[in-house]
Amino acid sequence: MSADTARDSVLDLHEITKQFGSVVALDRVSLRIRRGRIAALLGENGAGKTTLMRIAFGMIQPDSGWMEVNGNRRRFASPSDAIAAGVGMVHQQFSLVPVMTVADNVALGGRGKLSTSQILGTLKRIALETGLELDPFTKVENLGSADRQKLEIIRTLAHDAKIMILDEPTAVLTPRDVSDLFRQLKTFAASGGAVVLITHKLADARAHADDVTVLRHGRVVLSSHMSATTEDSLATAMLGRSSRAITQAKARQLDEAASSVASLVAVVLPDRIARPPLNLEIKAGEILGIAALDGSAQLLLRVLAGRTKPRSGHIDLPSRIGFVPENRADEALIPEFSLPENLALADAGSRHGLLSWGSFRQHTQEIIDDFDVRTPDTNALPSQLSGGNQQRFVLGRELYDKPPLIILENPTQGLDLNATEFIHERLRKARSDGAAVVFYSSDLDELADLSDRVLVVSRSKVESVSPDRDQIGRALLGTNGS
Amino acid sequence: MGAELALFADSLVRSTPLIIAGLAVALAFRGGVFNIGAEGQLLVGAIAATTVSLAGSDALGRFIVVVSLISAALAGAVWAGIAAELRRRFHVLEIISTIMLNFIAIYLVSFLVRGPLQESTHIYPQTESLAASARLPLLIPDTRLHMGFAVAVAIAALLSWVFRKTAAGFRIRATGASPRAALTAGRIDISKTSFLVFLFSGALAGIAGGIEVTGVTFALYENLSPGYGYTAIAVALIAGLSPLGIIGSGIFFGVLETGAIALQREFGVPSSLASVVEAAFILGALALAAMKGRRISGFTAAR
Repeated sequence: MSADTARDSVLDLHEITKQFGSVVALDRVSLRIRRGRIAALLGENGAGKTTLMRIAFGMIQPDSGWMEVNGNRRRFASPSDAIAAGVGMVHQQFSLVPVMTVADNVALGGRGKLSTSQILGTLKRIALETGLELDPFTKVENLGSADRQKLEIIRTLAHDAKIMILDEPTAVLTPRDVSDLFRQLKTFAASGGAVVLITHKLADARAHADDVTVLRHGRVVLSSHMSATTEDSLATAMLGRSSRAITQAKARQLDEAASSVASLVAVVLPDRIARPPLNLEIKAGEILGIAALDGSAQLLLRVLAGRTKPRSGHIDLPSRIGFVPENRADEALIPEFSLPENLALADAGSRHGLLSWGSFRQHTQEIIDDFDVRTPDTNALPSQLSGGNQQRFVLGRELYDKPPLIILENPTQGLDLNATEFIHERLRKARSDGAAVVFYSSDLDELADLSDRVLVVSRSKVESVSPDRDQIGRALLGTNGS
Repeated sequence: MGAELALFADSLVRSTPLIIAGLAVALAFRGGVFNIGAEGQLLVGAIAATTVSLAGSDALGRFIVVVSLISAALAGAVWAGIAAELRRRFHVLEIISTIMLNFIAIYLVSFLVRGPLQESTHIYPQTESLAASARLPLLIPDTRLHMGFAVAVAIAALLSWVFRKTAAGFRIRATGASPRAALTAGRIDISKTSFLVFLFSGALAGIAGGIEVTGVTFALYENLSPGYGYTAIAVALIAGLSPLGIIGSGIFFGVLETGAIALQREFGVPSSLASVVEAAFILGALALAAMKGRRISGFTAAR
């Protein structure tokens, strides 16, 4: 790089390394942010984008490596240090106080005496400079998500940020709001600011960023001017080469008898979940994988599991549905209930009369034996079991009376290889027994391995792809139109 | 011997409303409902029982006691139902609404015993006394111990059975222990469950008030309850919200309070000392529960 760009550098991260337990989240990552430019930080879920930016914002401390702000070596012990140095961050989850007004929210985090006229002056200045304007006296709870994000940005600017980090800013926005946002970010950059855009949306990054850095598994795999890249080269960098031979055969070993069974579930979902409304048919004897970015599939899964009613449209569901939620400690199990009681919890809502604890205990023992749950005894509490064994128990419970439909959210998240294999094996067995299995996973390998068919769900569309890691990944990034 | 028996009987008499109101609190807390309003529900139960007993004792003969206790239960349920409906429809915190309803009930009693329900001479702020036929029969002759104590023990046994053996009781426990898991894994209608729990809790507290009127005071007057509904919270918590345990903790508090009154009478020891001892036991029980890491569900459970 020329001396010219070095002088433009406002934030330099050098050889940043961060480990969480045995997981290396960042491995000697270096990043240069330049004045007047929008830099995109790309990568899959878990690539380390957010961790890196949290370090830049002083929320986490790196294990090694250092930072320079405007050429001076700095260490941020906390976000307030970062803010003082002119770094601002707009988080994915907004940090606004809903019952307070726009002006009050901007004043939050300030120091000294609260001066309304000063805040109003600041807001006016920001409106003039960047076109970001909101009524100062509206309560935040009355703002839509696009305006809330606008307020987050305004607040960052009010703290005199020169470097703005935005974490997935377009996740909650409509296409029109997205183009507004980028127009404002460009104005900010043109006035001497620098923008870092954390995203996994290739199209947004390609269209608006000047520089791009791609992280994969905590390492920088690509860093260049955006103009020197193609959508394809970025996708390849993000996903890596798909090393494994595609095991198409395994997906095709569908039981013929099972697949001839008429469709089990027919869903018409409203445009809140999918635009255009989703028509979905799930067949008995298939495993349907759902790929989605950050939670956009959760509502769909809850509707399929009969746990949430669709706002419009109609859905035919079997009366008995096995459901394994992502958050087992919170939603699948009750910590202070014994295993037989947690077994009784499944469909407790439709049970009547007396409970026969003898048979619940017996069924618990059957699940413990059948699913190889390691537990001190039949009446143990869930907290006495490891995460993998809890998940085995939950899966055993949900599969116990062979429901025709099984819904799972990230079924193997946080589990070791053994437990993962075991759970996959059980789901395949349920499929060959004629059940329909629908699961969401944030792990592309799991989607490719386990699914017969994959549905890629995003805000704008739902598309069906074959269970191949590369195809799923590209569909998620929105680049397989080619 | 006679004096000791009388003191023993008095202690059980005193523990009866504590046990029943304690069960009301435990039912609510186990179901995730923070019903602090047992006091108010007890008072409206007493109002209903008094009114029904005074109005219908001639017509109903011996059944009048049963009818007046049923009306006490209904009144308690209605009183709790106000808070339950506010919670279900507008998410009003029941801790606040039930405490407020307590005050309304207290002043409602004051109004009634000075106004519409005042005895015929209009001298004393209380109602007419109940006819003998409208009073609860005695459990031990020549003491003050009435059938209400047996009712309390029976309700405790019933509630314990409901929690352990019935699907409905299990739903209540699941809803209280983890509303999210009850909803997601159990597909339990948690809103309906906690609403019904609230009503039944109010009904139990109402019965406590009805029994106090038909078994002990035989009339409605101010300060009919020396805070039974509040002490009941301590009774329930010390028993770890276990219905059978509440028989024990209720008797314990009954003995303590009766003993304190006797001590003051005989030896001039201030009876407020009993409150000090009670509070010390509550703190001790809470600390013990915290040390065991066993949460008294409902009390520390996140909503």
